[in-house]
Amino acid sequence: MHLKKNIATSESGFIFNPSTGDSYSANPIAAEILGLLKEGVPVSTIKAQILERYDVTNAQLEKDWDDFANQLKYANVLEN
Amino acid sequence: MSENKHPLTVAVTGLNAIDSPGPGVAVIRALRDGLPKPLRIIGLSYETLEPGIYMHDVVDKTYQITYPGAGTEALLNRIKYIHDKEKIDVLIPNFDAELYNFMKLAPTLKSMGIATFLPTFEQFDARDKINLYQFGLKYGLSVPADKVIYTVEELYACAELLGYPLVVKGKYYDAVIAYTMEQAQKAFYKLTAKWGYPIIVQQFISGNEINVAVLGDGKGNATSIIPMKKLYITDKGKAWAGITLEDDTLIALAKTFVEATKWKGGCELEIMRTAEGVPYIMEINPRFPAWIYLTAAAGQNQPASLVKMALGDDVPHFTVYEVGKIFIRYSWDHITDVKEFQQISGFGEL
Repeated sequence: MHLKKNIATSESGFIFNPSTGDSYSANPIAAEILGLLKEGVPVSTIKAQILERYDVTNAQLEKDWDDFANQLKYANVLEN
Repeated sequence: MSENKHPLTVAVTGLNAIDSPGPGVAVIRALRDGLPKPLRIIGLSYETLEPGIYMHDVVDKTYQITYPGAGTEALLNRIKYIHDKEKIDVLIPNFDAELYNFMKLAPTLKSMGIATFLPTFEQFDARDKINLYQFGLKYGLSVPADKVIYTVEELYACAELLGYPLVVKGKYYDAVIAYTMEQAQKAFYKLTAKWGYPIIVQQFISGNEINVAVLGDGKGNATSIIPMKKLYITDKGKAWAGITLEDDTLIALAKTFVEATKWKGGCELEIMRTAEGVPYIMEINPRFPAWIYLTAAAGQNQPASLVKMALGDDVPHFTVYEVGKIFIRYSWDHITDVKEFQQISGFGEL
């Protein structure tokens, strides 16, 4: 899962797609994940970090991750 | 820039800064930003309540001119009168309906010392609503299928060919989305009463509305291209807020149009981008749009560049602009005095 190169993100969770002009707001953890994705950190590493830092089961993380990935896909901010 | 003993004097039309605004005030704002001072702006108005007439920090002096229907001779006489007083260097018309007369007069104006930077009749006709579909076919551009009609009975064949909803468009302005034959017929009568014949019936395309402001050098090169997505749209379909986009497909589309037509001057491509990402050209307006100041704000001042090109200067083609630049239009109650209204109403000058 890779963010498109031109997608702008901020620490506050603001996401801007300069190709479509669309903008979105992400909550703090989503903003953190987007920041890591933008740095090119592999998905497996990000998931491992979340499991370590937050009180969440692997099953719940996978479910939430799929939901998040779908939202990013729908928002057209991921590389095909 | 050409050397003048008097201030560079630019005459501009389209001062009706109302809810469906003319581009004039935005053009002037860009000129004041991008051209050296002293700069004198002459407003050319049609109606006495065009707000730009009364905005004296925008327009230095306004003269009423004749309506397009009065023909070129009446217009030329009026321009001669104004030119005698003001020594106009460049004239920028901003309305579709007046362009024909100004294009026709362009050589005469040039001989008088008034420069313009307008498309040729051939270029103007190629992008006309009536010819747009054929134009798209010729150059491989996506344009919605349409049918040009002269009678209300022809709407039945349009509905069969294009399906509902139908987009019923006036010759110059206005479009109505019709979901039934009754709505289409009502739109036909309304638009013919306002704009005359023919009516263009177009296939409906859904998607995101994007406009592209383009400045062509008349030799097949695009001096500037700025794509903008409408963020807020009025009930008249006008952008009340918009944002500059980064999109190579839109830039390529605009370049193809300019190369194909060798477009000279400003224009606006109205695009509908479908969910699949296909950019359909819905319309091509042969003049600057009302949101043209955004081009200056984003780093490509199209009106100022047009004036420089009209005066014979070499203007390098812009390559970069600021993405994510937003305009938000607002309305403002400008206060003036009845004396000013009386002056423009009675004497045609202010």
